[in-house]
Amino acid sequence: MQRVAEMMLERAKALLADGTVNRVVGWEMGEFFYDLTPAVFTADGLDKFVYNGFSGANLSKYMIKECAKDGKALVFLKPCDTYSFNQLINEHRVDREKVYIIGVECRGMIDIRKIRDMGIKGVTAIREEGEELIIDTIYGEKKCARKDALLEKCLCCKGQEFVVYDELLTTGEAFTVGGNNRFAKVAELEAMTPGERFAFWRNELSKCIRCNACRNVCPACSCLQCVFDNPKSGIASKANADDFEENMFHIIRAFHVAGRCTDCGECSRVCPQGIPLHLLNRKFIKDVNEFYGEFQAGADNTTKYPLTNFTKEDVEPSIVTNRGGEN
Amino acid sequence: MLKLSLNRVGDLFAKIAEAQALYLPVEKAGQVDYDKWTADAKVSMDHLNTAKSAKDLFFPQVERMVDFKMEGKNIEIKPHALSDEKFVLFGVRACDMKSMEVLDKVFLAEPVDSFYAARRMNGTVVTMACSEPEESCFCNVFGVDAAEPAGDVVTWKVDGELYWKALTEKGEALTEQIKALMEDGDEAKVEESKAAVREIMGKLPLANLNLAPFQPEKLNEMFNSPKWAKLSEACLGCGTCTFVCPTCQCYDIRDYDTGHGIQRFRCWDSCMYSDFTMMAHGTNRPDQMQRFRQRFMHKLIYFPSNNDGMYSCVGCGRCVSKCPISMNIAKVIKALGEDKDE
Repeated sequence: MQRVAEMMLERAKALLADGTVNRVVGWEMGEFFYDLTPAVFTADGLDKFVYNGFSGANLSKYMIKECAKDGKALVFLKPCDTYSFNQLINEHRVDREKVYIIGVECRGMIDIRKIRDMGIKGVTAIREEGEELIIDTIYGEKKCARKDALLEKCLCCKGQEFVVYDELLTTGEAFTVGGNNRFAKVAELEAMTPGERFAFWRNELSKCIRCNACRNVCPACSCLQCVFDNPKSGIASKANADDFEENMFHIIRAFHVAGRCTDCGECSRVCPQGIPLHLLNRKFIKDVNEFYGEFQAGADNTTKYPLTNFTKEDVEPSIVTNRGGEN
Repeated sequence: MLKLSLNRVGDLFAKIAEAQALYLPVEKAGQVDYDKWTADAKVSMDHLNTAKSAKDLFFPQVERMVDFKMEGKNIEIKPHALSDEKFVLFGVRACDMKSMEVLDKVFLAEPVDSFYAARRMNGTVVTMACSEPEESCFCNVFGVDAAEPAGDVVTWKVDGELYWKALTEKGEALTEQIKALMEDGDEAKVEESKAAVREIMGKLPLANLNLAPFQPEKLNEMFNSPKWAKLSEACLGCGTCTFVCPTCQCYDIRDYDTGHGIQRFRCWDSCMYSDFTMMAHGTNRPDQMQRFRQRFMHKLIYFPSNNDGMYSCVGCGRCVSKCPISMNIAKVIKALGEDKDE
């Protein structure tokens, strides 16, 4: 990863110097080793540019804002991030001509919250030794398996393919990330009785503080103004007044991004309450796959979306009652 | 000073809950937040900071204030009764306790906020000294001693025992209720533990944040700093920092039209939101840089200017660990405080 980071910095400097781009969108070093912030760099700020195991943030959505500015911007995208960018092209939210994309190799990103949840407190540094993380803390050295500290999205990695790019920076070494079945938990939930499933989601969604981090980070939520932020909409709300709203906000959002969600996993990564929001999206993705055939949003620029493309083979609306189960 | 074996802490909670409601850190779906104690609640005694702060107990996220009922030309006004639930809030850390001083300045100043005042009056706060601070902690920067919190009762966890000391009249009254479970504790043990925690606090990465540049007379200079643009560049405009913050106290008052009446409620608001303080003429902070700047100027300049120098940050570190893009008050203090280097 260190080698890729060095190559990235070199390319960023070169592309700025030859005028191909006038700025660089990447990750900026923080106060600690894990708190990287997405940032727009020019040549003199690149000393703070960093790419490491904590560059989990998907930079695709920032390109909507960048495309409104003058000149071309360089952005570094990990393989899964390129699906989000491609989907934004399909939705005409970014201008491909104004973005220079370098695809960068990724071996899975680490989730500092998972490390904390293991009861490891006061982390001050982490180094990777093979498949193990050696964690320095105020309270002594700790260890954990790297795979136990990966972000949820990385456990179900889409693979090392880049679906949109101008050039690639990879080491060429063979490695594997993830390997989990992303629908395993969804299938588990489907197998529950409606009552058990309701209890599961109530338990999770009752933690929601309606901070909107999931919505604001989501590349598929790119409305200029969300209906829930519009005081004139009649349904604007800044808090969940009751458990009905707690449930419905997230379910409605999942409906809105159904068929467009690339399963980038940002919603769950940023949730301050640790709600597994990706499970709602994956339920929709699984249903779309089963009803209309395998579909991956953002995989290309030509396939028609199953939910906006009528074919005679489409399932009838009665599928809802057929599959609804008893309650 | 009294003490009780940590193995018997369940008895203590049961005893407290006999006489009033008890709220304490409870784990639910992997997250620890304040919740009402029940015999089968998964109480977390080791968690440092709850995800949400203790402010919810006095200033809940949503609160009905008054109902209006319309019949013909008559409007009936039905104010909601103030909370009369007597409760004990257990396990509050020193930083969150300090945040109540900040909130008191806002809600107990004239005109007194009766909803908040009622809860403050009915609540007895039992604090717990920290034993294993996180790297994201910086309460000491704001004059908070993690080893010696304020509160009605203060407790320490040392060598498998819970040490208990009443600090106020309310605390004495609570101590009377539970005294039978306790035995006399040795103050020296607690002193040792305090010294150890203070030593850790002093060595934490954010322990030396410099607040000296944040003075009322620097208002214009800070406000006009070119650094805000860069600091706020990646801000998502979500409300995470404000909602997990123990001192953020802004709320919105809204009317819900039931079809045959109005329910007026207030709910937390966030200066990060586009419709924050929206008025008839529109919003006075149209872009995210201005909203972002408002949050930190309020905490570091405006609030202390109006409250005898008290900053409205207590260094709990929640924004440090929760912000989706890892931008937080520690980074802001460092960036703006470094202006002399330019």
